Amino acid sequence: MTSTPAPAIAVTGLVKEFRGPDGPVRAVDGLDLVVRPGEIVAFLGPNGAGKTTTLDMVLGLTPPTSGTVRVFGKKPARAVADGQVAAALQDGGLLRDFTVLETVELTAALFGRTGPVTPFLERAGIAQIARRKVGKCSGGQQQRLRFAMALVSEPDLLLLDEPTTGMDVQGRRDFWTAIRHDAEAGRTVVFATHYLQEADTYADRIVLVSHGRLVADGTAAELKALAGSRSLEDVFLALTADDARGATYPTTAEGANR
Amino acid sequence: MTSVPHPEATRPTPGTSVRSAARGGAIRTYLRLELRRTLRDRRTLLFSLLVPPVVFLWVGVSSGNTATEIGPGTNLAASLLVSIALFGALLTASSGGAGVAVERAQGWTRQLRLTPLEPWAYVLVKVLASMAVGAVSVLVTFAVGWYGGARMPASAWVLCALIAWCGSLVFAAFGLLMGYLLPTESVLRFLNLILVVLSFAGGMFLPFNDGTVLAEVSRFMPTYGLAELARAPLGGGTFELLPVINVVAWAAIFCAGAAWRFRRDTARM
Repeated sequence: MTSTPAPAIAVTGLVKEFRGPDGPVRAVDGLDLVVRPGEIVAFLGPNGAGKTTTLDMVLGLTPPTSGTVRVFGKKPARAVADGQVAAALQDGGLLRDFTVLETVELTAALFGRTGPVTPFLERAGIAQIARRKVGKCSGGQQQRLRFAMALVSEPDLLLLDEPTTGMDVQGRRDFWTAIRHDAEAGRTVVFATHYLQEADTYADRIVLVSHGRLVADGTAAELKALAGSRSLEDVFLALTADDARGATYPTTAEGANR
Repeated sequence: MTSVPHPEATRPTPGTSVRSAARGGAIRTYLRLELRRTLRDRRTLLFSLLVPPVVFLWVGVSSGNTATEIGPGTNLAASLLVSIALFGALLTASSGGAGVAVERAQGWTRQLRLTPLEPWAYVLVKVLASMAVGAVSVLVTFAVGWYGGARMPASAWVLCALIAWCGSLVFAAFGLLMGYLLPTESVLRFLNLILVVLSFAGGMFLPFNDGTVLAEVSRFMPTYGLAELARAPLGGGTFELLPVINVVAWAAIFCAGAAWRFRRDTARM
C-alpha cells in the first residue's frame, strides 16, 4: 500500500476531438478533475456536454486527443485489467441468449470473484428473474442487470452512465440504497444522470459540465448558494445555457485542488 | 451532505501469478457458460448436429455408394461421409469465429473491454467452444455414417475424424475474418452460402475430372486442401504435397487477415 493513496480519478487538461462534417468538433475541451476515493460524484450536463465521452476516456475505451487520465494513479487500461474499475453503460453490452444468472456469473468470474452471485442479484432486485433470457427482459430489468454486473465486479471505482433510466420508482430507490451502502464501504462512484433530484439527494459532490468544460464543482448546497437558488435545476439552467459559453463562473474550491 | 473519503479503497496491484490464476478461472467459467449457450442455440443444433448426418443419410446411403470399393475395406460412402463431416466441422468452426463479430455488434466485446479479460482470451473461448461443438458434430456424423453403411479401416475412422476436426480450425479464423468484413446482421446466412459454394468449388463433394479447368481452379480453393487431407487416410494413395501447401497457405491468409482486423478493432490507448 502506498502512503498517500492516489486519487480514484485524476484528469488533467483532457481534450477529445471528433471529426465532424465541418472540421473537428471538441466534445471535451480542457477538463481538469480529481475524484478522491470514497466519493459519490454526480456528473451533470446537458446532452452533448461530453459526459459519456469523458467516461469513455476514464475507462480507456477512447484515447484522448490530448491531456492525461489516471485511475488510481495508473493508465485506465491497467486499472481495468487489475479489476479496479467497473462500469454500467447506457445501452448494449448484453448478450440476448445468456440468462440473467449466467451473465452475472460470467462477469463475476471475469473479475476473479469466486463467491456466490445470488446476493448481488437480490440487491439489484432481479433474483426472481435469474433464469430469464436477457433478450426477454424489459429495459428496466436489463438496466438492473447491468447494475448487478457492476456490483458483482466489486470494483474500487464504479462508473455509471444514466444508471436508472427505464427503472421504476422502487427500482431507483433500491438502486441508490445499494450504491450508498457500497460507498460507505469505501467504493468510489461516479454517475452521469439527467435526474437532477438523484444528484441532489445521493451525490456528495456535483460536477457540472457544459460544452466539454467544467462549469461548476461542489456539493449540492454549494452549487445552490452559488446561483442563489433553492433548486438545482435553476443552477443547471443558469450555468449550462448556451450564452454561458466562454463566460467565467466562479467554481467552488472543491475538486479544483489537484 | 458530505462524506469522509476512504483512502483504503485502493487495493494493491495483484501480482502476475495471481492475475494469471484468476485469468485461468475466468476462461474456464466463460468456456462452460459459452458451451451451454451454444448448445441451447437451435441454429447450432440444426447446422452442426442435424444437417451433416441427414445429408449423409440422404445422399451417401445408396447401394451404389456402399457397394463400390475405393480401397481395401473402404467404400465410396466412407469418402462421402468424411467430406460431409468435414463440411459440418467447417460450418461449426466458422460460425464460432463469426460469432465474435455478431457479439461485437451487440456491444458485448465493448462490455468485455471493461473487464480484466484480454481480447485474445475472448477469441480463444469462442474458438474453443465452437471446436468442442465441432468435435461432437464430427462424432455424430461418423456414428450415423457407420450405421448408414460407410466402411473403412478402424485407423481411417480415427484419422479422418481427427484431421477433419483439427483442420476446421483454419475456418475458425476464416469465420472471424468474414465476421469483420461482412454486414453483421446477415453474416451467418452469408457464411453458410459461402461455405457451400467453396465446398463445391473445392471439389469437396464431387471431385472434378483431372485436366479440366475447373479441376485446376479447385486446387486453389481453401476447401480443397482440407478435403484432400481429411480423405487421405482412406485411399492407400501416395502422399501429395499440394494439399498441405494449400492448407498452410490459406491458414496463414485467414489468420493474418483475422489478426489484422482484430487488432484494429481492439486497439487500446
